[in-house]
Amino acid sequence: MSEAVYTEDHEWLLIADGVATIGVTEFAQEQLGDVVFVELPELGAELSAGDEAAVVESVKAAGEINSPLNGTVSAVNEALVESPDLLNSAPQTDGWMFKLSLADDLDASKFMSSDEYQQFLVSND
Amino acid sequence: MALEPDISKTIFHDYHVAAGGKMVPFAGYLMPVQYSEGIMQEHLHCRDRAGLFDVSHMGQVIVKGEGAAKALEKLMPVDLQSLAINQQTYATLTNEQGGVLDDLIVTRWTEDTFFLVVNAGCKAQDIAHIRKHLPYLEITYLADRGLLALQGLEAKDVMAELVPEANTLVFMNGGHASIDGIDVYITRSGYTGEDGFEISVDPADALALADILLAFESVNWIGLGARDSLRLEAGLCLYGHDMDQQTSPVEAGIIWSISKSRRAGGANEGGFLGADMILEQIASGASKKRVGFLVDGRAPVREGAEIIDEVGTVVGVITSGGFGPTLQAPIAMGYVPTELSAVGTQLNALVRGKPRPITVTKMPLVPQRYFRG
Repeated sequence: MSEAVYTEDHEWLLIADGVATIGVTEFAQEQLGDVVFVELPELGAELSAGDEAAVVESVKAAGEINSPLNGTVSAVNEALVESPDLLNSAPQTDGWMFKLSLADDLDASKFMSSDEYQQFLVSND
Repeated sequence: MALEPDISKTIFHDYHVAAGGKMVPFAGYLMPVQYSEGIMQEHLHCRDRAGLFDVSHMGQVIVKGEGAAKALEKLMPVDLQSLAINQQTYATLTNEQGGVLDDLIVTRWTEDTFFLVVNAGCKAQDIAHIRKHLPYLEITYLADRGLLALQGLEAKDVMAELVPEANTLVFMNGGHASIDGIDVYITRSGYTGEDGFEISVDPADALALADILLAFESVNWIGLGARDSLRLEAGLCLYGHDMDQQTSPVEAGIIWSISKSRRAGGANEGGFLGADMILEQIASGASKKRVGFLVDGRAPVREGAEIIDEVGTVVGVITSGGFGPTLQAPIAMGYVPTELSAVGTQLNALVRGKPRPITVTKMPLVPQRYFRG
């Protein structure tokens, strides 16, 4: 199993066999606060990197989750519809958001490793 | 984010930080939007137990002078002359056009002394406004004074141990008291819909008072986020959002705040800024009205969302909206044409371009639990 990589928008991606599982980081869920609603992308939707893929609403604010890569939505985490709080309690496991079947070969250099992401958080504090 | 150089801190700032407060700029102050528990838990804690709010950013202003009651009545459509000593009233400062410059709580301290608590973002304007219209009154702005609100089901239990006479106060009444030797002015009032108290305290004693209150197991700090969801569930206006200089008290649905004696046919009819406009609206009705909404589904409808009718025409706007932790559902308030304001009217709000069904509902959405004796 590969390790998760991270974006500057506080998303994590777990990439295996041309499919990326995508969610938000612990830092992102803390910033959002209590999540009350998650709008997931439609299955089969074709997303380009930077497209709005999902919306997360917390008690106080709405946040958009943009697709970090080009691809087709191959799965969404339906559990988040009934239990949006999974995004707070387990953002990097049970609170995953959607899977993207990647259109292109992965260029891993555009993402951060876990260590690099931690560094990024510290430098932006 | 870069802080504005002139941002202020209340006397409780370091306490908020120590309690895990996430500090954000609000009305010129650095204030806690939430603490480590989060908005949802803080909201529920306040309803069920006791929530402590730092509201020291609000303007505490003393207005004094012979005939102050009658004078202040020129600026607000309430009956101050009949207000008993230590009684308070909710009021609006109106403008010439019948709009609202601010909403405030006015307490009569003596025959000729009134204590005003005004919104943080409006205090400079309010003081200038009063000074301009009533230059013969003496205005004292208590810039550094602390103001704490203790709200919720168990607030009275805390008071029972500290200052039992506070529990004899009924809603919208106050009095001087002493808590462990600290002189305070306590009123039975608040902004959560719950029974509760607001405690005005000298800055020299403010931290000691907070220590005394926080020593109770039932008392937790509550931030601005939960303050907003609590007042929204309670159907209370947030100035600058649900009401402003372009909306009248009639449109805002707070005719109840205009004393009978100041209305048409009353003993002290009119005589306040914007009276012609406001009395005309009371007589003939306003063309738009603030209403509450229940929202279908779980997605919150927020401030600024357009309200559309069945053919998609924009008919109004949401002025406050969010998730109600007590109701466990999204709720909102906003303005619609009066003919669409009846309870049960079904409309849609546009959220990210998609219509979301909303239904006009009676306010408050969560019953108020004020202590009326």
